[in-house]
Amino acid sequence: MTVLSFSELEIKCNNACKSIYEIAQENESVLSGDDVDVIRLRVLEDLLAMKDAIKNGLGSKEKAVSGWCGDDCAKLIEKYKIKPALFGKIFEKITIYALATAEENLRMGRIVACPTAGSCGIVPSVITAVSEEQKIPESEQINGLLTAGMIGLIISNKVQLAGAVAGCQAECGVASAMAAGALVQMSGGSTKEILNAAALVLKNILGLTCDPVCGLVEVPCIKRNAFLAIHAVVAAELALCGVESKIPIDEIVDTLKITGQLMSPLLKETSLGGLAKTHTAMKLEKKLYAGKSIHS
Amino acid sequence: MEQKSLFSVISPIMAGPSSSHTAGAVRLGLMARNIYKNTFSKVIFILYNSFAATGFGHGTDKGLLAGVLGYSVDDPDIKNIFNKTKGIDYSYEYREDISRHPNSVDIIFDDKMSISGDSVGAGEIRINSIDGFSVNIDGTYDTLLLMYKDRPGMISTVSDIIQKQKINIASLHCDRDSKGGTASMYLALDIPVGDDVVEKVRQIKDVFFVTNIRKLK
Repeated sequence: MTVLSFSELEIKCNNACKSIYEIAQENESVLSGDDVDVIRLRVLEDLLAMKDAIKNGLGSKEKAVSGWCGDDCAKLIEKYKIKPALFGKIFEKITIYALATAEENLRMGRIVACPTAGSCGIVPSVITAVSEEQKIPESEQINGLLTAGMIGLIISNKVQLAGAVAGCQAECGVASAMAAGALVQMSGGSTKEILNAAALVLKNILGLTCDPVCGLVEVPCIKRNAFLAIHAVVAAELALCGVESKIPIDEIVDTLKITGQLMSPLLKETSLGGLAKTHTAMKLEKKLYAGKSIHS
Repeated sequence: MEQKSLFSVISPIMAGPSSSHTAGAVRLGLMARNIYKNTFSKVIFILYNSFAATGFGHGTDKGLLAGVLGYSVDDPDIKNIFNKTKGIDYSYEYREDISRHPNSVDIIFDDKMSISGDSVGAGEIRINSIDGFSVNIDGTYDTLLLMYKDRPGMISTVSDIIQKQKINIASLHCDRDSKGGTASMYLALDIPVGDDVVEKVRQIKDVFFVTNIRKLK
């Protein structure tokens, strides 16, 4: 029953004439012993918690431990009231929602890890913004989230989804692949298109390091949520137009894993390299961490 | 191969900012609390590697403490936990040890019991040692844990007691320091055993420690 690879998933979908989300909810039903309806209710609970996090984030300018971050979302809201974004309403909403969620996260607010907390703004912003603008009903949003979950699950069978293990490839990178899959599903795309969208995302996040300044989920994490949410949209659009990934997605996931292994530990959530070792970052770190880490 | 739930990827609903460093920390604390069970007046957390390097910024210190105090991962009070400790003596140490997982911690209660675990990603955890004995408890099963003097027949004696309760054993694992020395056994169960079963296991000759550990929600 466990689906170990995307090629296996595609065969299963094709043989049974089912969508990825149907396989996902059926597998989860067998695994947990709960009915498919119960599984869908749990997914809805996650979806609603995602929307709550967006709502809470939209209404707050509270800053986090560092005192640097927490008010960027408000800047977008203010500006777009006066002058709309170049790329239109969906772009506005995705970037705003991604920042709202990521900022809520850094305040230790209540969010949904998807797949991780550091990447919590990507899937919710894409699903919510597109659903609002395209009037996509809740049941299809659940289908989207189930599709996203299945993509993340198969990747996680090969690679632990933690920055400390494979860098940000395994966090915001995977989240973006999940969001792209969700978007293609909600747009009525095929299994093949969903997998191509996820593959296109993953090829473009290989080597993405996790070098958070001062070890905080702030720089570069918050803004990266907005970037990789839009990244997902690009991939979904390409896949829906029939663009295919020349390298099959399973091979890309293997590459992601190997790249993670090759990556220096300094660039995997230790804050001992990369942006975390810039002059500015180290000055702040000294101030912030006096007596509270191995650095001191 | 053990199958993973979809909800390991699109959950938990949690207080930020990091699934591995905050939610994972809360769950490690909760699991340690379930293992130790006693009320405690002192707790020491030894953080390793990435937990030690960036834990403070991710609220790992707050998460671990909230966990041992019984807070759930999505409790908005986690960020204020230092004001809610009710006089418990808590402290943190920070270490580097490349033989340990990147996100690793020892939790020591009342200088009596030491529980080690890892946060393995996306909020998932693994308790891998209790007082130096290797275990593999991820919080998804109710577990019966015992320590005893190593001798033949212990597995069948214990499983016989469990079987009489009509409880299915999902997995069983043993470890020992030496032949005839101190051994540990843990059984992952489909439903939890009651205190009566714990008492029966305690009565087995050569068993000197037994506890039932509730799974995480």
